[in-house]
Amino acid sequence: MTSLVIAEHDNKTLKDATAKTVAAAALLGQPVHVLVAGHNAGGVAETASKLAGVEKVLIADDALFERLVAETAAALILGLAGNYDAILAPATTNGKNFMPRVAAMLDVPQISEILGVESPDTFRRPIYAGNAIQTVQAPAGKKVITVRTTAFKPAEGAGSAAIEKVSAPADPGISKFVGEELSKSERPELTSAKIIISGGRGMQSGENFHMLDKIADKLHAAVGASRAAVDAGFVPNDYQVGQTGKVVAPDLYIAVGISGAIQHLAGMKDSKVIAAINKDEEAPIFQVADYGLVADLFKAIPEMDEELTKLGY
Amino acid sequence: MKVIVPVKRVIDYNVKVRVKADQSGVDLANVKMSMNPFDEIGVEEAVRLKEKGKATEIIAVSIGPQQAQEQIRTALAMGADRGILVKTDGEVEPLAVAKILKAICEVEKPGLVILGKQAIDDDSNQTGQMLAGLLGWPQATFAHTLEMGDGSAKVEREIDGGLQTVEIKLPAIVTTDLRLNEPRYASLPNIMKAKKKPIDEKSPADYGVDVAPRLKVLKVSEPPKRQAGVKVKTVAELLDKLKNEAGVI
Repeated sequence: MTSLVIAEHDNKTLKDATAKTVAAAALLGQPVHVLVAGHNAGGVAETASKLAGVEKVLIADDALFERLVAETAAALILGLAGNYDAILAPATTNGKNFMPRVAAMLDVPQISEILGVESPDTFRRPIYAGNAIQTVQAPAGKKVITVRTTAFKPAEGAGSAAIEKVSAPADPGISKFVGEELSKSERPELTSAKIIISGGRGMQSGENFHMLDKIADKLHAAVGASRAAVDAGFVPNDYQVGQTGKVVAPDLYIAVGISGAIQHLAGMKDSKVIAAINKDEEAPIFQVADYGLVADLFKAIPEMDEELTKLGY
Repeated sequence: MKVIVPVKRVIDYNVKVRVKADQSGVDLANVKMSMNPFDEIGVEEAVRLKEKGKATEIIAVSIGPQQAQEQIRTALAMGADRGILVKTDGEVEPLAVAKILKAICEVEKPGLVILGKQAIDDDSNQTGQMLAGLLGWPQATFAHTLEMGDGSAKVEREIDGGLQTVEIKLPAIVTTDLRLNEPRYASLPNIMKAKKKPIDEKSPADYGVDVAPRLKVLKVSEPPKRQAGVKVKTVAELLDKLKNEAGVI
């Protein structure tokens, strides 16, 4: 049988999360198809067809899929599900939204946020904010899986899959997309950035986050935040790194004024290198940091900015 | 309009969990248990709807052990009107929970079910979406704001890129994100009053649902541990280490 990966994209570009999910799907040891549900998303299907290990790309191009609303996405996937024995999506807010709906309608359990594939029916996944790792075996039958993309390396280009059109289902007519307010930034996205600099409650205000912006621009980094900083209204929700926000694993994570609650650590402790700046030397963040600097961030960050300039960044 | 708020009994979010030596699970003996924080936000939202005259009755439902009635009492003290405890032993997977909730919805006919987006124990993030799928109702997950209209609701959702607004027809499922509201503390008089509010005790069999797990947990293990590194004295030293030792900038 075959696995179906639901592509993450914005109708223009295929997100990295898709290539990583394809890599996870390949470990199930059966052919991989990718479904692109979008509108005027031919370019995205084209990119997906070049991912290594993809045998076929299905494209459902319809105004209905301009934005992926759970009810229509689930209807589309259910219509195709008969041909597949595993359906996978990245654990983005999209995948998390429609996949459990699909699973329930297929009467199968979902396996959320897999970190590893032990065998085609056995997976590792985090529980308790990543403080424990569960190894679970799925029953016979269809598998519905979301993938924690930081745990997989992307499937690289080199494929040349066929692209096949599939038709859109009827709109269930019970929900509709109204609008979107997306954060605009020239910087890399949090989930794909090589370097992230994050601020916490210690930043004291949204204004002060601009100090981090300057460093981020020099290092081509993304800017993140702890829940405390988001709750305090310093920065928007899409900055949040943690158990219930984004999970990231960059090469370098710089935590500034972040104490290191377990819920925050859950979202960043798989980073390759962690640096922490905090004035409280007892802050738990230092227990996971490779490099710790006990300092007042309001002195240290401007200094870092100057030093980076000196170093030619 | 009736509102159902499912509440789950979970390990308190401040407790550091320990994996059992035999890898059969995590140690729950003598640890503090609380209502799942996202469910608390759900209860608060329902109570606010009632205060605004948009909801007429709030039913708190918990599926879990006998002690889960403590979490129902908490919901009642916050302002829910009555409770339903569906007694189970052991873990119940999200799909089975969704099936029980579906059966309850068929009896109670709520206009809205407000669930936490995920439980902080199994981190599944599934039950609300599954319930919506089983009922064929619309869903608005990860709610940031909720605005009730006439026969519909407008929900702003927290998504990866920012915020998205959807409009859903009622009856519907909403799951809460962190910023939807800040749950109240129950006052002492309300805690006393909650003791008199009714809680119905049921079993999964009453709803014809088989709660036997479908997934087989082979083991629960410790994640790889990170070691604390070194402390540096200056910003210059930090940058030097990042550049020349770690090679990440």
